[in-house]
Amino acid sequence: MIVGLVEHDGGVASELSLQMLTLGRRLAERIGFPLTALLVGADARPAVDGLAAYGVSAVQLAVENRLDEYAPGAWAACVADLIARDRPRAVLAAGSDRGNEVMAHVGARTGLPVAANCTEVEPGDPYEVTRVRWGGSLLEEARLHGDVKLLTVAPHAVQAEEGPAAGGFSVEEFSPALQEKDFRVKVARREERAAGKVSLSEARVVVGGGRGVGSPEGFRPLEELAELLGGVVGCSRVVTSLGWRPHTDQVGQTGVRIAPDLYVACGISGAIQHMVGAKGAKRILVVNTDPQAPILAHADYAIIGDVQEVVPALVSAIKQAKAR
Amino acid sequence: MDVLVCVKRVPITGGRITLTPDEQDIDTRYLGFTVSPHEECAVEEAVRLVEAHGGSSTVLTLGPEAAEEQLRDGLALGADRAVLLETDGEWDAAGTAAAIAQVVRDHSDAGVVYDLLLFGNESADAGGYQVGVRVAHALDLPCVTGVKHLEILNGTAAARREGPGGFEIYELALPAVITVKEGINLPRYPSIPGRLRAKKASVERIRPERPAPGLEKVRLRLPQGRDKQAEMLGDGAAGAERAVEVFRQIGVMPP
Repeated sequence: MIVGLVEHDGGVASELSLQMLTLGRRLAERIGFPLTALLVGADARPAVDGLAAYGVSAVQLAVENRLDEYAPGAWAACVADLIARDRPRAVLAAGSDRGNEVMAHVGARTGLPVAANCTEVEPGDPYEVTRVRWGGSLLEEARLHGDVKLLTVAPHAVQAEEGPAAGGFSVEEFSPALQEKDFRVKVARREERAAGKVSLSEARVVVGGGRGVGSPEGFRPLEELAELLGGVVGCSRVVTSLGWRPHTDQVGQTGVRIAPDLYVACGISGAIQHMVGAKGAKRILVVNTDPQAPILAHADYAIIGDVQEVVPALVSAIKQAKAR
Repeated sequence: MDVLVCVKRVPITGGRITLTPDEQDIDTRYLGFTVSPHEECAVEEAVRLVEAHGGSSTVLTLGPEAAEEQLRDGLALGADRAVLLETDGEWDAAGTAAAIAQVVRDHSDAGVVYDLLLFGNESADAGGYQVGVRVAHALDLPCVTGVKHLEILNGTAAARREGPGGFEIYELALPAVITVKEGINLPRYPSIPGRLRAKKASVERIRPERPAPGLEKVRLRLPQGRDKQAEMLGDGAAGAERAVEVFRQIGVMPP
């Protein structure tokens, strides 16, 4: 069998887990094995039923008192327990923070290699996988060895799609072999994110600034433009490194991934580190003095000119248009 | 407290990646090198912890001989010692972790017992997300990944990271492994005396044996080109009128 470790949020399977199951189902069909979903903790119960539609033919739900809060070592122990018991051909997880973390623990516990963030998987021995590097700017073709193939699926590499299961649909609860040590690292408490402000990752319009903005004060017209368009301000890595803006404003591979309808990129050259974070933008308007800047290759629209001249002009043009 | 911080040498890729003709590597002939962003912050965190609590920090890398440059960068920021695990070619995560764990054991036998091992959450290039976790298992230490705020008090670490809908806080006893994300701090620039000290410092060199990789790179390739031809809206302030039309057209302004 093929096992997919499913994450859930409040009893609803996560989108990335459904994408993972979609890749897992196609893999299972090709090698003629059923797809089993593994969920951890009693609070995952409500997520179980919906999985049948994604081609899952069996659900294994690991239940134990101490699994009331997330503990990466304990989750990995549940996976390792299932591997020891059922010897699946492969175990898949989403390429989320949690999925990558748990699979790293599983790999370390079992001594098996792990291929993180795969976009394509060819079964065989070894598996031939394609995985992302540099946040998706580069692809690696690799051979994945091991008796049990461990891998995570890169976010948005596959669209979640419903599909038929091999056989029926069964749900089984089991109590995994867990040791005290598996809970050495467990969430002690949680803090809610401050509510109110539109978050960068969800904003419909983002106005981003790079070195070309010139100074921390230079962001004022960008703030104004963002406000007029109901958006928020973001920035490039160089801007946070210079201390002009907080890291929470950073768009990029090591910052926030944005997905707005419009990204206005001001004075940003377009380093790969930055563009990885802006890949989800539907349209990009570039404001830059350099018509040869690498970011132009990603732009839908461009205004060639200085940020401090162009952005205030945009602000007043919008104000005029709104007054009309 | 004694802190070990592990970094990786990676190219500064700029705006476009070009591959070598054998498709095994990025063509770095015209590129500079740095350490992965998360690890820059790991080094800064190590130096700050030692400033606050006393002790020493050691910066370690596994990579080519030239990775000595990144170790000296770490020394310039304030690290006290440096270790180079000198290798040819790329190592997978399991091999890298095994070699690092061996250094920790050897240092422990020699009397330097690390209270904290710091890593970046993932390297900028290979992005395997597992070296820190594997080192933790090899040494039987607890591990928290993706940490963006760290406090050490009386031998206990409180580590905060982003989780679903907010933040997760973990509490664990040292010794421990922590992998950090950029944003945990703002790394300082090296001082001139720091640079001079780093130049003269000695680097411990080890040549580990490369184990057979379990995840074996075959070739690299670039994703399908999607270069766009941008529509020019105008030069300077003159582009603003046309931009407003576009904003209406795409629905970010009312028509």
